Amino acid sequence: MSLLPKGAIDCDIHPSVPSIQALMPYLEDHWREQVIIRGIDELNSISYPLGSPLTCRADWRPKEGRPAASVEVVRSQALDPFGTSVAIANCLYGIQLLFSEDMAAAFARAVNDWLVKEWLDKEPRLRGSIVVPTQNVEMAVDEINRCAADRRFVQILLLVMGDTPLGRRHHWPIYAAAEKHGLAVGIHAGSAYHNPPTPVGWPSYYTEDYVGQAQAFQTQLTSMICEGVFTKFPHLKVVLLESGFTWLPAHLWRLTKYWRGLRMEIPWVDRAPADIVRSNVRLSLQPADAPDAATLMKIMDHMQSDELLLFSTDYPHAQFDGTAAIPAGLPESLVRKIAIDNPRATYARLMETVA
Amino acid sequence: MNEIRSQGSPDVASASKVGLGDGDIHPARKGPKDFHPWLAKRWQDHVDQYGSPGRQGWQSGPAYPKSQPNASRRDAVPPEGGRPGSSLAFMQTQHLDANNIELGILNPLGSGQGVQNPELSAALCHATNEWQLAEWTSKDNRLRASVVVPYEDPVTSAAEIRRYADNPAFVQVLLLSRTAEPMGSRKYWPIYEAAAEAGLPVGVHAFGYGGHPVTPAGWPSYYIEEMTGHSQCQQAGLTSLVVEGVFERWPTLKTVMIEAGFAWAPSLAWRLDKHWKTLRSETPHLKRLPSEYLREQVWWTTQPMEEPDAKENLLDTIEWMGWDRLIFATDYPHWDFDDPAHALPVKATEKQRRAFFIGNARQVYRGCAG
Repeated sequence: MSLLPKGAIDCDIHPSVPSIQALMPYLEDHWREQVIIRGIDELNSISYPLGSPLTCRADWRPKEGRPAASVEVVRSQALDPFGTSVAIANCLYGIQLLFSEDMAAAFARAVNDWLVKEWLDKEPRLRGSIVVPTQNVEMAVDEINRCAADRRFVQILLLVMGDTPLGRRHHWPIYAAAEKHGLAVGIHAGSAYHNPPTPVGWPSYYTEDYVGQAQAFQTQLTSMICEGVFTKFPHLKVVLLESGFTWLPAHLWRLTKYWRGLRMEIPWVDRAPADIVRSNVRLSLQPADAPDAATLMKIMDHMQSDELLLFSTDYPHAQFDGTAAIPAGLPESLVRKIAIDNPRATYARLMETVA
Repeated sequence: MNEIRSQGSPDVASASKVGLGDGDIHPARKGPKDFHPWLAKRWQDHVDQYGSPGRQGWQSGPAYPKSQPNASRRDAVPPEGGRPGSSLAFMQTQHLDANNIELGILNPLGSGQGVQNPELSAALCHATNEWQLAEWTSKDNRLRASVVVPYEDPVTSAAEIRRYADNPAFVQVLLLSRTAEPMGSRKYWPIYEAAAEAGLPVGVHAFGYGGHPVTPAGWPSYYIEEMTGHSQCQQAGLTSLVVEGVFERWPTLKTVMIEAGFAWAPSLAWRLDKHWKTLRSETPHLKRLPSEYLREQVWWTTQPMEEPDAKENLLDTIEWMGWDRLIFATDYPHWDFDDPAHALPVKATEKQRRAFFIGNARQVYRGCAG
């Protein structure tokens, strides 16, 4: 049984680029030619191996091809069954992995235009995140400025593991653009794989890679807080997507303890890290990994806020069965906040275009 | 840490009445010549000429400048001079006697682990082990040593473990957390085999020089990020030990995660369980839920202990882990020392306090049952 209220806002679904051929109409001539001449492969990252049981839930897996690859299938699997009013499409095509800045920028433009024409124009419940070539911040800002005119883009999409920590100052023009356009910055699980996916090298198993995403989110939160991103951009909303959230309280206890001991090093951080998180950072609901309702309620208590979580299904990734996207045990008032009020408060553009 | 605390808390009395264990004490050398009695002339000359670099860029000093000289308490400089932690007499006065430490585990740092040259690394680690016996454990029977091993050369490391396997002064094998490959990878298995065989827990202390950026998204800017990030590095290492099957293969192997806090452990266990259930076809060598290995084969030293605004939140965390999992530690003489008088600011039964402050340490470290 679904515990969801009517009109939930799903903050993390993943339409797939069915194949590089689907992008050809949206690529500039040069890159269309390059794809053919060089036999450029699909840009699918190892963050979600196609056949992995996590990448697509068994009952959502198509007989052939990539999951979540058409508006029709997303409607019938991700929108209608949950009574979703709005869903934010986060496309995970592997633009961020490329080493060529020019190629990354060209493919980001193609993916964003494809998202508009093939998804947003066809399904009024969908909103988009702007894929950007993080390899080059100027190019990323150009792409944000180009796409921001379409008010159905509500967010800028980054991966949690890139070349340098996201708090580093060279990324700040992205945050300035986000603030200027009223866009949230979504940081999604996944790596450019330009660094090993753990701080101690490459693991042997995909399980380690996926579990380790949570540690990457922890270090990025540390980076953005310590570098002063939220001091410089006090209105910025950062959303951690597919991050898990049960780690948050313990991480903030630790970071706050060190902030008390070491704040002389980062004097511009003039509020406790937990306060900064409460005003500027949100996390998507799935994957929810607390083992039972009682534990989950204690974690909610430790989070010291009912405004931090945003409803997500993480469709088509396998995080729950049936329509049980809301973990059991949450009170109705909190579910309503997670499903509707918190997303509305986070995404400035979200409700503008709703009829 | 650097907070002014009120004095005279009732905890002071109850903490010091019971003798304490300390799972993380850092003895320091007075100078490089301290190792010379156990270091071949060749290596003495080598260090003079080429230094002993790990996988980072400075000739001396850490990658990120510390917040205090030698990362140490200002009041821990011995009256006769020298580095904090280099005088046994002052350590006795200031820490062991004053805090009623009955059992102190030595974890020597900067002692050759992670040094690029593998032969030099092995020579320095061996000298460190002999130095612990000669200068520390033989002079104070409250102290126990760790077998410091050149872990990037696991075969040599295993030989070093076996060399001390029957010496009761050694109660642990010491690794640093930032290894060159994830800690569970097959490369390191000779270490676990030797440790399990000797009945020695493997202690994994924060820091190390694996050569990788210390976050999976590159190098951060600040010392505070490195310090906070030790928790993430240890989570990565522990994930690897579980998923690669080290605990499954050596069911008697114990590990102790040192100086990276502990409150992250429940969430890591839940996350491992949830996703392992989905992905278990990848790891048929694991026969049990990941959390079960953590629950039975892993301990955590407490320092730097997480400090929630609502202190009772920490009780939930400890109950999720189990009161039998924590080993009190101070990190003496380092600046982020946790004072035993204030370290457990939550309501706990006498039995729980005893386990936390010394009972668990006596169970984990061999020959320390008291």
